[in-house]
Amino acid sequence: MVGQAPLTLLGIESSCDDSAAAVMREGPPGARILSSVVAGQAQLHAPFGGVVPEIAARAHAEALDHCVEAALSRAGLGLDRIDGIAVTSGPGLVGGLLAGVMTARGLAAATGLPLWGINHLAGHALTPRLTDDLPFPYLVLLVSGGHAQLLLVEGAAAFRRLGGTIDDAPGEAFDKVARLLGLPQPGGPAVEEAAQGGDPARFDLPRPLLDRDGLELSFSGLKTAVLRWRDRLVAEAGGLRESDRRDLCAGFEAAVADILSAKLRRAIAQARTIRPDLAGLAVAGGVAANRRLRAALETEAAGAGLPLVSPAPALCTDNAAMIAWAAIERARAGLAPGTDLTARPRWPLDEAAAPMLGSGRKGAKA
Amino acid sequence: MWQAALLLPDPTATERLARALAPGLRPGDTVLLEGPLGAGKSALARAVIRARLSDPLAEVPSPTFTLVQTYGRDDGIWHADLYRLSGPAEALELGLDEAMGRALCLIEWPDRLGPLAPPEALRIALEPAGEGRKARLWGPAAWGDRLAPLLATAVGQDD
Repeated sequence: MVGQAPLTLLGIESSCDDSAAAVMREGPPGARILSSVVAGQAQLHAPFGGVVPEIAARAHAEALDHCVEAALSRAGLGLDRIDGIAVTSGPGLVGGLLAGVMTARGLAAATGLPLWGINHLAGHALTPRLTDDLPFPYLVLLVSGGHAQLLLVEGAAAFRRLGGTIDDAPGEAFDKVARLLGLPQPGGPAVEEAAQGGDPARFDLPRPLLDRDGLELSFSGLKTAVLRWRDRLVAEAGGLRESDRRDLCAGFEAAVADILSAKLRRAIAQARTIRPDLAGLAVAGGVAANRRLRAALETEAAGAGLPLVSPAPALCTDNAAMIAWAAIERARAGLAPGTDLTARPRWPLDEAAAPMLGSGRKGAKA
Repeated sequence: MWQAALLLPDPTATERLARALAPGLRPGDTVLLEGPLGAGKSALARAVIRARLSDPLAEVPSPTFTLVQTYGRDDGIWHADLYRLSGPAEALELGLDEAMGRALCLIEWPDRLGPLAPPEALRIALEPAGEGRKARLWGPAAWGDRLAPLLATAVGQDD
């Protein structure tokens, strides 16, 4: 199957709350997205103050069947024109992962196609090569609802985790601040809109862990500080004024941007000690859509003399095109498809890394 | 029925409470953590987990997004955040009913459990109080036998 002809792969992703499928055709150069379908639920569940996860594997499987059909039909291809299947096999919510893996295995068994099990985080981390052909090695800041990681990417299967969150993910912090301030979900766009024209300096908000060395991130204390200001304002004035909310949102955004840009600066320095030939920076994940954050990161990149790549939002958030792309990258690197594919709710991207202190780091955010 | 009330003036007091509770907890226990967003439920759970693992630096990320994070040998500790669930049926899908009674389960937003909440669980309610927190602990009398001596030596009681 890995002949001279460019690969055409079907990608399947259901590790979080959404189900997605895509068809991707290998370049040269890069690859072309023939179709990419995401069955999202974020808007549907906004009244709950957060995305309600689809836990049941069978509901995920149904949604996936529709996504796969739609992706093939939009690409104008039947399964007989597909060369292989790539599926997210971890990390993530177990119900979704099982559905994805079972769907992929079913399709592979019926067609005899090879099957790649892809790490969800690898999909995000390799996307800058799909969109911008960024050469290795590069540094990725991945910031989303469930993840916060600083990764040094040295190859299609060579990732080093330089740092990450010790409590909340930044997207989660945006959602929770929105909840605290009575703003709609998802919190990222709501807080960003509410922050427009706000005074980021009016409220003193902390920058957790900035005073310490290292690349660990923390957002829980920042959320609590916003809560305290809210309660104080409510106690003093009987409610939140529009200007209070605007300034709190602006202050929160500024704190997140300060934390992430300072840690990115440190990560660049550390990455350069490992790889002096560091070629660029990339930011991925839904939080990367925040304009204040993006501007702060661009300043850091310019200061370091490195290009900053930030893929379009549709490829920054969860999607299946990045999963098919990661499989193409692996195939090009001469890595064979897997033989025994199982769901791995915990799957650190950086498998070679020494275990973190303690055995506690086992969750899907690993 | 046993109950105790505590004042936690700062995060250090929350950590002291967690360290006092930790040796009194066993696999098979369920601790239900109640309180509004930002009340310190995750901070208390994190400190309990670190104390149980005897590792003050263990990484304990928020379970809000993943719903459940597990720790220790054989997943001996479950840390769950049920906020995003819509009801008990989803808790069943998560396997929580099976974990309760086997693992030490620390569960935030336990109202989602409905009738699945074990009557023998230890309940802890946290609420903001000035710069600190108020904590109320309650449960069947057996909890008093296990926890009252630990709490007495470690933290000052509110009443």
